[in-house]
Amino acid sequence: MADNGVNKGRRRFLVGATSVVGAVGAVGVAVPFVASWQPSARAVAAGAPVRADFSKLEPGQRMTVEWRGRPVWIINRTPEMNERTENLDPGRLSDPDSNEQQQPSYITGPLRSIRPEIGVMIGICTHLGCSPLYRPEPEAAVTDNWPGGFFCPCHGSYFDLAGRVFRNVPAPTNLEVPPYRFEEDDIIVGEDEEAV
Amino acid sequence: MKKQLFILLFALVPFAAVAAPFPEQPHSMTPDLQDKESLQRGMQLYVNYCMGCHALEHQRFSRAANDFGMPQELVEQNLIFSSGLGFNDQMHIAMQPQESEGWFGVVPPELTLFNRLRGPDYIYSYLLSFYRDPSQPLGVNNKVLEAPAMPNVLEPLQGVQEMVCAETDQPVAGQSPDPLSGKYQSCDVLQVTQPGSMEPAEFEEAVYDLTNFLAYVGEPSKLQAQALAPKVLIFIFIFGVIAYLLKREYWRDVH
Amino acid sequence: MANPNKAKAESGIMRWVDDRFPATQMIQDHLTKYYAPKNFNFFYIFGVLALLMLVNQILTGVWLTMSYNPSAEGAFASVEYIMRDVEWGWLIRYMHSTGASAFFVVIYLHMFRALLYGSYKAPRELVWIFGMAIYLLLMAEAFMGYLLPWGQMSYWGAQVIISLFATIPGIGPDLAQWIRGDFLISGITLNRFFALHVVALPIVILALVVLHIIALHEVGSNNPDGIDIKEKKDESGKPLDGIPFHPYYTVKDLVGIAVFLFVFAVVIFYFPEGGGYFLERPNFEPANPMVTPDHIAPVWYFTPFYAILRAITFDFLGLRAEFLGVLAMGGAIAILFVLPWLDRSPVKSMRYKGWLSRIALLLFAVSFVVLGVLGAIPATPIRTLVAQICTVIYFAFFLLMPLYTSMEKTKPVPERVTG
Repeated sequence: MADNGVNKGRRRFLVGATSVVGAVGAVGVAVPFVASWQPSARAVAAGAPVRADFSKLEPGQRMTVEWRGRPVWIINRTPEMNERTENLDPGRLSDPDSNEQQQPSYITGPLRSIRPEIGVMIGICTHLGCSPLYRPEPEAAVTDNWPGGFFCPCHGSYFDLAGRVFRNVPAPTNLEVPPYRFEEDDIIVGEDEEAV
Repeated sequence: MKKQLFILLFALVPFAAVAAPFPEQPHSMTPDLQDKESLQRGMQLYVNYCMGCHALEHQRFSRAANDFGMPQELVEQNLIFSSGLGFNDQMHIAMQPQESEGWFGVVPPELTLFNRLRGPDYIYSYLLSFYRDPSQPLGVNNKVLEAPAMPNVLEPLQGVQEMVCAETDQPVAGQSPDPLSGKYQSCDVLQVTQPGSMEPAEFEEAVYDLTNFLAYVGEPSKLQAQALAPKVLIFIFIFGVIAYLLKREYWRDVH
Repeated sequence: MANPNKAKAESGIMRWVDDRFPATQMIQDHLTKYYAPKNFNFFYIFGVLALLMLVNQILTGVWLTMSYNPSAEGAFASVEYIMRDVEWGWLIRYMHSTGASAFFVVIYLHMFRALLYGSYKAPRELVWIFGMAIYLLLMAEAFMGYLLPWGQMSYWGAQVIISLFATIPGIGPDLAQWIRGDFLISGITLNRFFALHVVALPIVILALVVLHIIALHEVGSNNPDGIDIKEKKDESGKPLDGIPFHPYYTVKDLVGIAVFLFVFAVVIFYFPEGGGYFLERPNFEPANPMVTPDHIAPVWYFTPFYAILRAITFDFLGLRAEFLGVLAMGGAIAILFVLPWLDRSPVKSMRYKGWLSRIALLLFAVSFVVLGVLGAIPATPIRTLVAQICTVIYFAFFLLMPLYTSMEKTKPVPERVTG
């Protein structure tokens, strides 16, 4: 074993090349293992869009459907409810214009819905994941001058009837609005309008 | 080095020697998973003629649609008949096992893995080998599987096939071929006696497509494996070459 | 009690670690100053490959456990779920199922190497015994793993093997029932096999692998000449015929690993069923306790012992043939453990043993392969006779070893290793 005559440069280069190619191989092997944690075809099938018939939903009432294991509320808002929501002082809300990405791009305006009377949102408080209670009437008086909305019993966050969060409550953002579209008397939750 | 290769080959001999092929069948076919049109036609035949009784419990419509390049809408309109089934669902059937047992005496098996169990030649030959036999409860018999519990659902396509005495290309035991035609005389030759909606060659192609589809269903990941394999092998080869150069460089030290 | 002579890094983070954990010392002991004979040949790659396969089995096994359902109702479907619905599940599953076969190919060649060059002889008896214990547990591991897909061959293979215990006179039937935990193989059996396969046996196997390597590095590796390289050292105390494991054997092993991975990948991608030997065809049908498949054969790596089991077709000394078959099969494995004390030859390597030893090893290897083939195919009277002859050769190889190794004339062993 003689050290003389060793081509150090070549040796370094080959060690480097082997290490780099070996590292690429290791990453390549890791890909299937990491990717296999993605939702499987079964989970995707179970998370497929759900269809809800809202034709029997009375004005002022709310129905709940399950989509991807979470409650999705569909509310039939009366004109009075919408008026109270739209006339709410924006200063009382954290994000009155829905600047945070909590809704698909086609959901705009203070009512955060495609049709003014039909509100669709995911019934999970954006604070720690409890499901808020439906308090649509001003008499519920969740807070002073209550316009109607949702109150989370866990940590006292509250939202208006469009799912917009009030200031000075634990929840940081408005309620999430899922992608949805209308098809005759049905709402299809989980499918975007432009998808078809 | 040669000696080492020899040893390696010797170690592999037992596998090659006893590699168990599927039993020989009267007809044989080689699936072609790259032939998307054949697979599409096969799926259509399956849905129309087989899926009344045989589910594919592990095969999703959506997976086949993706692999065969069929748009969702087309599948939903033409291939999904049950209102209870969605695009992402497996190819379940509505028939209850108790009912079918009453009708056929057995529950029709679900066929997802049938190709891996019996091989493509079996399916292909079985579907081609039905013939009329009034002594059977269902009026048909099959050369591959004696006394089938299944009617010949493809008869409208194939026509009526009967077992007749005729010349055949298949060698017959204890008989030398006719010196002129090279054919044999046999009394278990299957022949279409009343034409169906398809010509015999056309029908064989349809059965090929159907078998091809079932071969796909047995192992859809084969498509992915075939696509990935060359890349992986080339990569390992390159790694091996570099590793060999590195080894040679270091082993210059060793005398 | 810190040893003041431990090797430590001069400074930096390694020094900080070395003051608390013998990292540098361990790297030297097992890699950079572990001197391996420089004349290793092709056969010496299989130890490293076995380690690679162990890692492969553990890694893919952990991932399979994430999606597998260990119940009689759900097991079969969950394997298809892994094969189809889980992203890349098919690859991970084939890496595991083909990996089991590759593991045994590697292990058998590794063991054959030991027979060829006398790697079991003093002072390496414990290396051999730990290795044999690993082999035995791997067979148990593979057997239990094979039940998990809950196919027809899983079911009936397990049925046959568990029935072996039932042949033990007296306690047999009760013992078999205790193993099953039921009157037939059921979800209860499946659950306990699952627990043993994924938790208990892997832990024990890993521990034994550590012992195997510690024992090896204590006495040093043997080599194709069977010479102790520690007897000839230079003035600084390094064996003249030794080279540090790292970098010389690490870089050499990388080449072997690349070649192996190439073959392994070809099988995984193009022949995952191994012609019906790695994944047997009846296993594509769910377990059905009412219908036995036409032909039950164990997976190929068990077939030599299965052939020995079937070769015993006669009652003897008042013991029934079935039980004698079980004894013969158990004996065929047990006798391997005492091999170091059966070999009385003054030399280790086959290169310097006499022609009796060479013929014995050749006959043994051939009969082992023949038994393997016979165990995979249905028995006929002539095949049973061949199996009986091979079984006799198998045992004669060991039982006559004290005779022929001490009788024969050996060749002189050189002072230094040859190329």
